[in-house]
Amino acid sequence: MSNVFIAFQRNEETRCIVDAIMADNPNAVINLQPAMVRIDAPNTLVVRRSTVEEQMGRQFDLQELHVNLITLTGHIDETEDEFTLSWKH
Amino acid sequence: MDMKVNKKLNMKDRYNLMTRDLDWEPSYQKKSDIFPYLEYEGIKIHDWSKFEDPFRLTMDAYWKYQAEKEKKLYAIIDAFNQNNGHLQVTDARYVNALKLFLTGVSPLEYMAHRGFAHVGRQLGGAGPRVACLMQSLDEIRHSQTQIHSMSNYNKFYNGFQNFRHQHDRVWYLSVPKSFFDDAVTAGPFEFMVSIGFAFEYVLTNLLFVPFVSGAAYNGDMAAMAFGFSAQSDEARHMTLGLEMIKFILEQDPDNLPIVQRWIDKWFWRGYRVLTLVAMMMDYMLPKRVMSWKEAWETYAEQNGGALFADLARYGITVPAGWTQACKDKDHISHQAWATFYNYGAAAPFHTWTPSESEMQWLSEKYPDTFDKYYRPRFEHWAKEQKEGKRFYNTTLPMLCQTCQIPMVFTEPDDPTKIAYRESDYSGMKYHFCSDGCKGIFDHEPEKYIQAWMPVHQIYQGNCFTPEADPTAADFNPLAEVLKWYRMEMGKDNLDFEGSQDQKNFKAWRDLATAN
Amino acid sequence: MHIDLRTVNIEPLRQTFDHIAARIGPDKQASRYLEGTMDVQAAANFHYRPTWDPEHEIFDATRTAITMKDWYALKDPRQLYYGSYTASRARMQETAEADFDFVETRGLADSYDDAARRTALDFYIPLRHVAWGANMNGASMCAYGFGTAITQPCLYQGMDQLGVAQYLTRMGLVLGDQGEVQAAKQAWMDAPQWQELRRYVEDTLVLKDWFEMFVAQHVALDAMLFALAYTEVDQALNAKAGPTVSLMTRFQTELFEDSSKWVDASLKIATAENPENKLQLQTWIAHWRARAVKALQPLAQQALGADSEAALTRVAARLDTRLVKAGLLA
Repeated sequence: MSNVFIAFQRNEETRCIVDAIMADNPNAVINLQPAMVRIDAPNTLVVRRSTVEEQMGRQFDLQELHVNLITLTGHIDETEDEFTLSWKH
Repeated sequence: MDMKVNKKLNMKDRYNLMTRDLDWEPSYQKKSDIFPYLEYEGIKIHDWSKFEDPFRLTMDAYWKYQAEKEKKLYAIIDAFNQNNGHLQVTDARYVNALKLFLTGVSPLEYMAHRGFAHVGRQLGGAGPRVACLMQSLDEIRHSQTQIHSMSNYNKFYNGFQNFRHQHDRVWYLSVPKSFFDDAVTAGPFEFMVSIGFAFEYVLTNLLFVPFVSGAAYNGDMAAMAFGFSAQSDEARHMTLGLEMIKFILEQDPDNLPIVQRWIDKWFWRGYRVLTLVAMMMDYMLPKRVMSWKEAWETYAEQNGGALFADLARYGITVPAGWTQACKDKDHISHQAWATFYNYGAAAPFHTWTPSESEMQWLSEKYPDTFDKYYRPRFEHWAKEQKEGKRFYNTTLPMLCQTCQIPMVFTEPDDPTKIAYRESDYSGMKYHFCSDGCKGIFDHEPEKYIQAWMPVHQIYQGNCFTPEADPTAADFNPLAEVLKWYRMEMGKDNLDFEGSQDQKNFKAWRDLATAN
Repeated sequence: MHIDLRTVNIEPLRQTFDHIAARIGPDKQASRYLEGTMDVQAAANFHYRPTWDPEHEIFDATRTAITMKDWYALKDPRQLYYGSYTASRARMQETAEADFDFVETRGLADSYDDAARRTALDFYIPLRHVAWGANMNGASMCAYGFGTAITQPCLYQGMDQLGVAQYLTRMGLVLGDQGEVQAAKQAWMDAPQWQELRRYVEDTLVLKDWFEMFVAQHVALDAMLFALAYTEVDQALNAKAGPTVSLMTRFQTELFEDSSKWVDASLKIATAENPENKLQLQTWIAHWRARAVKALQPLAQQALGADSEAALTRVAARLDTRLVKAGLLA
């Protein structure tokens, strides 16, 4: 079993995204650095649009992730409602 | 007419309509004439539609999000320029890391732009073509944002101003240049494996995290902003590379040995180019982020380990040079910096000996190797420098025919012995730094004998300006080569101590902080 | 009240990179366009020949019959580098998005005149495939062209055309549905009136000379196709049924105006360079133009009926005006 991770720039927009991820992924671990926030999770990590919208208080298109994304690992699966990273060992 | 209720298409189907469905089976021209390069590498693709687009970006979304990223990035660059941001860096030695980046790495972004335009035309499937063309756009973005970020540094420091001319000529820059030339001259599938996968997935973090974190740690807001902004494009690139590898391997089992060989080759060539990054991390950042050894352990051994564990189900094994690269993590940065210290007269950036506290850091990070093999050299050179005899090597090094790095690497199990390998081909003898580089040559000798080797070219007399007169009594070949390199002697090169960069930085900082 | 803000003034050692200063003079500030474009392409000492084209170097001016003393003379009058390109297209996208939204939220597609709807679907939706061909050609011109000054805008134009293809697809879904989009593809493949144009597009895909491709795509085809589609047919539909289709083709209309500036400037500079270029360009234009007219005739007929001949005459006259300005026609 290996970790997948996703990293964002640290700013007001990503604060809500990060909170949503932590809420939806109980095994995720957060790593805060001066300009970057990185979230590791064992095997799989999901970003759920509805949770992000709850946090943000506005409509959110998952493709907006592109604006503040720094890097990630794992295979990606993207739908309108969920963005998932996973390894398939 | 009654409009049927338009069933909203799901994301995948909509994207299909917006990309693959635009393509069609030609009737008036043969498909093999429209896509002439798909067979010669021996890769077998039976069904292009099996390629899964991981990020389903339509052009309108692309423009929207990229424009937003650009706006934010240029706002930071503008603020940096307006406020003399360059004076905020830890010390002016840091700027030399940026010179290395602009002369060595930025031109590769442009090569990637053209390379992805090529495969974005030549691959047989609409899905991968669209993804490759978006990458081609991203790469010209990187080329230009890097040039723009560094433009301000160019105004105040020496060594940036001829980056274009120098990338095509200077001895150590043929290392990155030949790397990318090799990739773009390969076929479209090899290009995808070499750059899309090996470089953009396996090795990318080893290039970007050191430089970008290095920028952040050393107060360089412009490069840091560029780095973070570019990284989000990299997420799409990594995804394309990984998806492409999976796709090729799933299409036909006959593809496996070809792909494995490419992974072995490109891991090795990419790893060799990263020697420059290793040296930058360990020696050129006044405030260090982590050691090369630590970066290798995190990004190669851990991350790479997870990746290759995942790919094992296709029959892919860890690249051939992996073990050696892991052994060499304790050595290459020191060997490389020692080389550049030697050739400090011939590179358009400054070099220096590490301070005592820096050597203390190196001792801690490299407990098995630094004090034993490398500290003595630096202490010796520092002593010579103090005595007014700063050492500059005036003979030219032998270069490895494949990676074109000077032959400074040692045997993986004996750091006191330089590694020499050779091959005879067509009546000539060729030299290599490693089994990896020799293996690459031996598989495609017709390709690698073509290389424009900077040291050979100097010896053949091809590196002089038209005004140079070898018959003159005071003819100084090294000085003439530097003229040809467009390097200003005493300004762009030599030790950081006593350089114009050092003097100016101090004077400007005083100006900005004192009355 | 006037506030005088001071920042510490430090004298720079130089204004720009040496290769830029060599072009614009030693003491001038360089624009972002110039710094990001001029001389960026590697120009010497390539290490290996392309295994896919061993007759040429990686970047090779002999991939075209056109010759230039300085390929960077072909500067883009719009000065598009990546930053200004995406900013421009993001603005256009925002407008287009608002227009599509307007149509959809007010049910303008549902209430659109049925005859006009049929004309629009039959004429515009197959053009998404022409735009796809243009995207492929833009990639070719960027990959095999010479000098960033021209290869850069060729890629931008190619990606703009992908945008066009996607906007046309979207219009097909709004004005019709997935079935209509499929029917349009069927027409592209089989219907007699589309075959001349499809043959044209496929023939351009295999051109070896990237500048000839530039002429066949941008000058002979797009100059007339865009004028036909986004002026003539657009106006005819407006007159009959209101601006619903105009709203959904906003991007194309703006793109045509924008890219024409670049195409015309490039032609003019290449023409003025030497008489051999002029002759070559004239030869290519004569050949491809004749084919393009033949290809567009049945489509103009289909969309405009009796007015098609007059419309095509106007479209041809517009191209003539542009060619006169470029120095290619007396």
